[in-house]
Amino acid sequence: MASPAARIYRRLEGLFCVYKPSGIPWKLVRDTIETKLLKGLDASPSLPLPQQIRFLPQPGSDTLTPKGLSAVSVPILSKHPLVLGVGNGNKVLNDLHNLPVTRDYTLEGEFGTATDDFSHTGRVVERSTYDHITQDKLDRVLAMLQGANQKALLTYANVDMRSQEAYEMAVQGQLGPEGKSPPILMGLRCIRFQPPNFTLEVQCLNETQKYLRKVVHEIGLELRSTAVCKGVRRTRDGVFTLQEALTRDHWTPSDVVGAVRQYHAVKKNKLSNHRSRTHEYKTQNQQDDDAGEEMHSR
Amino acid sequence: MFACTFDIAGLSAPKRTTMASSSLQRCLRHTLVLPLTNCTQVRHCCTVPRRAMKIVHGVECATGTGTKPLSRHVLKQHTHSFSDLSARHKEDSDSLSRSDVSHRSQLIQMKDAGALNESPTSLDLNAASGLYALEEVSDEEAISITLPPPIPALSTSLRDYVDNSEMLGKLVQLGVNLWKLDQRRNVGSMLLRLDFNTDVAPRLFFLKEIGVDDSRLGYIITCNPFILTETVENLQTRVNYLKSKKFTAEAVASMVSRAPYLLNFSVKRLDNRLGFYQQQLSLNASNTRSIVARLPRLLCGSLEPVKENLKVCEIELGFKANEIQHMVLAVPKLLTANKRKLTQIFDFLHNTMKVPHHLITKFPQVLNSKFLRIRERHLFLQYLGKAQYDPAQPNYVSLDRLVSLSDETFCTHVALATWEDFGLFQKTL
Repeated sequence: MASPAARIYRRLEGLFCVYKPSGIPWKLVRDTIETKLLKGLDASPSLPLPQQIRFLPQPGSDTLTPKGLSAVSVPILSKHPLVLGVGNGNKVLNDLHNLPVTRDYTLEGEFGTATDDFSHTGRVVERSTYDHITQDKLDRVLAMLQGANQKALLTYANVDMRSQEAYEMAVQGQLGPEGKSPPILMGLRCIRFQPPNFTLEVQCLNETQKYLRKVVHEIGLELRSTAVCKGVRRTRDGVFTLQEALTRDHWTPSDVVGAVRQYHAVKKNKLSNHRSRTHEYKTQNQQDDDAGEEMHSR
Repeated sequence: MFACTFDIAGLSAPKRTTMASSSLQRCLRHTLVLPLTNCTQVRHCCTVPRRAMKIVHGVECATGTGTKPLSRHVLKQHTHSFSDLSARHKEDSDSLSRSDVSHRSQLIQMKDAGALNESPTSLDLNAASGLYALEEVSDEEAISITLPPPIPALSTSLRDYVDNSEMLGKLVQLGVNLWKLDQRRNVGSMLLRLDFNTDVAPRLFFLKEIGVDDSRLGYIITCNPFILTETVENLQTRVNYLKSKKFTAEAVASMVSRAPYLLNFSVKRLDNRLGFYQQQLSLNASNTRSIVARLPRLLCGSLEPVKENLKVCEIELGFKANEIQHMVLAVPKLLTANKRKLTQIFDFLHNTMKVPHHLITKFPQVLNSKFLRIRERHLFLQYLGKAQYDPAQPNYVSLDRLVSLSDETFCTHVALATWEDFGLFQKTL
């Protein structure tokens, strides 16, 4: 005999991602979404108040309804800025956080200035010219950075590079750092170059915002100039892409329910894909027991 | 008829039960009518510690609610004899543990007896309840009957009292948000001390007389429960004062509905405030009246933030006195707006969007809107190449259309794009 509010709450359980407008603290976003979801749950028709039999002096009516004050269960939202989990989603969120998921970012940079915290709102430390910078030089620097990062990727993989298992993992695309590792950029690319502004697209692992800004700063240094980071924008977090992210207008219970359903569908899809892949790999390598076990454990 | 001797010694436990219970029952038949639930439990003697608590509780309940002193005496005898019973139980080795518990529980329940000062039960309760109070109830049924928990003497929430207090029940029916009042420190106790007919009703009638709508009464009491402690003469004096300042009756009613604290302030304070606004903004009487009628909380809050806001407008934002006057007449909320937000919006408008002062003066509601909205819409228009805020040039976008239109209307008519495009653009910011 669940009330409509409880049913909606059950449908909200899961993960969904929202787009946080820049300049707004993440806690405000989380609280706003929480309030909106609660308001939506409150608005749904509630169960009639429970009746209690009481004996009162006057004859006739002897029931009084204790007015229950709206105690809607609060969905516990977690701390992640872009991906929010409701109810049971919290445990899933923690797992997601600990998994080695890659994230995509767009970094906006500007040549000519260097600041103490590598962003354009910091205290300016140095100014320099940037007329000598061309797209070609920028691409060369980016390629060098990417090479260095690839090497780091392999060293942290904890696998002997000359072994068969390393080859198989590389074939599957699962050669990556195990456990804790410093931030590693897996892909780096320049998508827009209009001096003094430029935009980079990065795919990285285990990163922090300061590290990304530092990358922009180092690129400036490599080019014999200086650069600051004007904006960091996350475009993908594991399975959650920008397309599915909910903007401010869509922070309502109905949209969130839809997003959660989509997430569950994607998860099921991924799981079935993974299962089918391991199954066919197992049948291929019936003789090679070791490799099969390795795959399973991964 | 008070001699209830419990001849315990020599009897085995189950038989003991029936003997004691039947004798008790016989005794109690001659006493006052008790509430149904309590009576049935009196039948059960203490074989099980849980039941012991119930029976003692039942007896204590009866002690609390009995009106006749005679019956109370009777019941005290019962408790006395019951304690004898438990004392004799102690001597018995096999019921030693049980009696300990029963004795302890008896002590605990004795303390609670004082808390049960319910409304007095009448003799005709039996007839009214529809169930014969002293009818025989089977053992299983009797176990399943639970007593309502006793009202605590001290509590942190009004929830424990709302069922039993007629006053709180009527407030709830009016629509007063009791949980909000709970959060404030002394309001709960103050409310419980009031009586509905002598305290609350006259003030509610007064509010109705000055024209406040019934549906707003709950809101007013939720925001300002202290209106119930203000004397009606004071309230009347203040209303008369406002009327003497030529506020119409409807204006007074609407001001009181929207600013519940208004009538708690003395006439002197109200006068002070009105004088301040008239003088600072150099307005005539009717303009002051119009501002105050539209934003009555100007008269309620402190004047310091208003003074600071005026200074900010004059010095930091650089508006002239007549411009400020015009803006405040159009949007009185500017006087109580947050300084930081005001300066942030103005900074964006003036320095990024390059809107001059006189245009902002023409559309003061833009200073009242959300910064994020202005920023997103302006950047969208800039991206489309339509960010033109100068009336002299073609493709002019007025500031009020920028902020006051809904998202869809803005997208279709001003930006000439779809709402989905705006959503996608928001994700690139």
